[in-house]
Amino acid sequence: MDKQRRNFLKIAGVAALAGIGAPALVRLSSSAALAAEHGAAVGEATAEAAHGAVAEAASQGVRLGMVIDMRRFSEQPELLDNAIVACNDAHNVPQFDNRKSEIKWIWKAPFENVFPYESSYHLAKKVKDADFAVLCNHCDDPPCVRACPTKATFKLEKNGIVAMDYHRCIGCRFCMAACPYGARSFNWEDPRPYIAKYNKDFPSRMRGVVEKCNFCSERLALGQEPACVEACQGTGAMVFGDLNDAQSEIRQLLDKEFAIQRNAALGTKPSVFYIV
Amino acid sequence: MYNKGTIIPGLIIFVLFVTFPIWFNGFKAGTPPKPELPPGGEKKCVESVEYMRANHMQLLDEWRDNVLRDGNRSVVTVEGKDYRKGLQMACMQCHSNKEKFCDSCHTYAAVNPYCWDCHLSPKEAASKEETR
Repeated sequence: MDKQRRNFLKIAGVAALAGIGAPALVRLSSSAALAAEHGAAVGEATAEAAHGAVAEAASQGVRLGMVIDMRRFSEQPELLDNAIVACNDAHNVPQFDNRKSEIKWIWKAPFENVFPYESSYHLAKKVKDADFAVLCNHCDDPPCVRACPTKATFKLEKNGIVAMDYHRCIGCRFCMAACPYGARSFNWEDPRPYIAKYNKDFPSRMRGVVEKCNFCSERLALGQEPACVEACQGTGAMVFGDLNDAQSEIRQLLDKEFAIQRNAALGTKPSVFYIV
Repeated sequence: MYNKGTIIPGLIIFVLFVTFPIWFNGFKAGTPPKPELPPGGEKKCVESVEYMRANHMQLLDEWRDNVLRDGNRSVVTVEGKDYRKGLQMACMQCHSNKEKFCDSCHTYAAVNPYCWDCHLSPKEAASKEETR
């Protein structure tokens, strides 16, 4: 077929016009409708968030959480030590002398470090002197999970635990930067020589991975409570359970007592509550 | 062909050189490894011998994903005995000697799986007093 230059130029011109014009047309027709729909909702949400008045939306299914009752811990100060030792033993957590290499699953911290956004001005003496139990908050909206480039850390939909797959961790430490609670530790050295006693049912970690509390997933599977909770058994210092089950012990306690979460204004929705 | 006198002997030397590992070992692949059978006398594994021989690495990967990612920690039952999914909790319960079982083939095949960077071999676990 003999293509004429005139016809070719006509077709090319029409095609170019259509190509340039189509996206503009689509944008024009859709943006008006979108703006009307979105504007109101976005406006409301930002206004609420700005005032810190975002009610926590209930997530679906089981959401495991913990209440730490500091009144019990201040009555029996050795309780927290027992809980920490129980955790370290259960998970082969190494004990380093230098703080740089420190690995922490559950540890002690003073009030002003645990709750930096709560006033510590004229703090009650018992709170000021108390060692708070700190661990991973197993947030409902975990920033560490969003930061992880390999999906080595993820939220288990089944129970809301923020878990880790150490096989997949590349040690980039983005999650450590993302976690607002300092709940993650990096293995700067081979941890093995610093583990005093092995639990033969649990692995250790290797140099170059990040680790943290796993809410004792492996113990829950056996129908046991987390190691720290078990160490405080009978005292009510640590209560563990499903935050979405209105009949659970933890919810009964939260309904009755005033509890605070660490830095709730960030919107990470921590699952660990403190009764101060 | 030009330079026949240098090219052909050169080629022969080259072929002999690259096949050195083959003829030096007498055209044999060495003694095949004999991984130790469970010292406890267990006869049945979670899958057939052929399957385990070819696919134990895939099975371990599946177990890992089941346990860590899907939260499915269901037990595996073999001849009435329950095993929890896991290298330390299932495999090493019977194959209690890593050096004579795992390493015998892995060394022969020159593969270096990094399982033991984190997982505790029975020997390593026994080297430090157990928690429970």
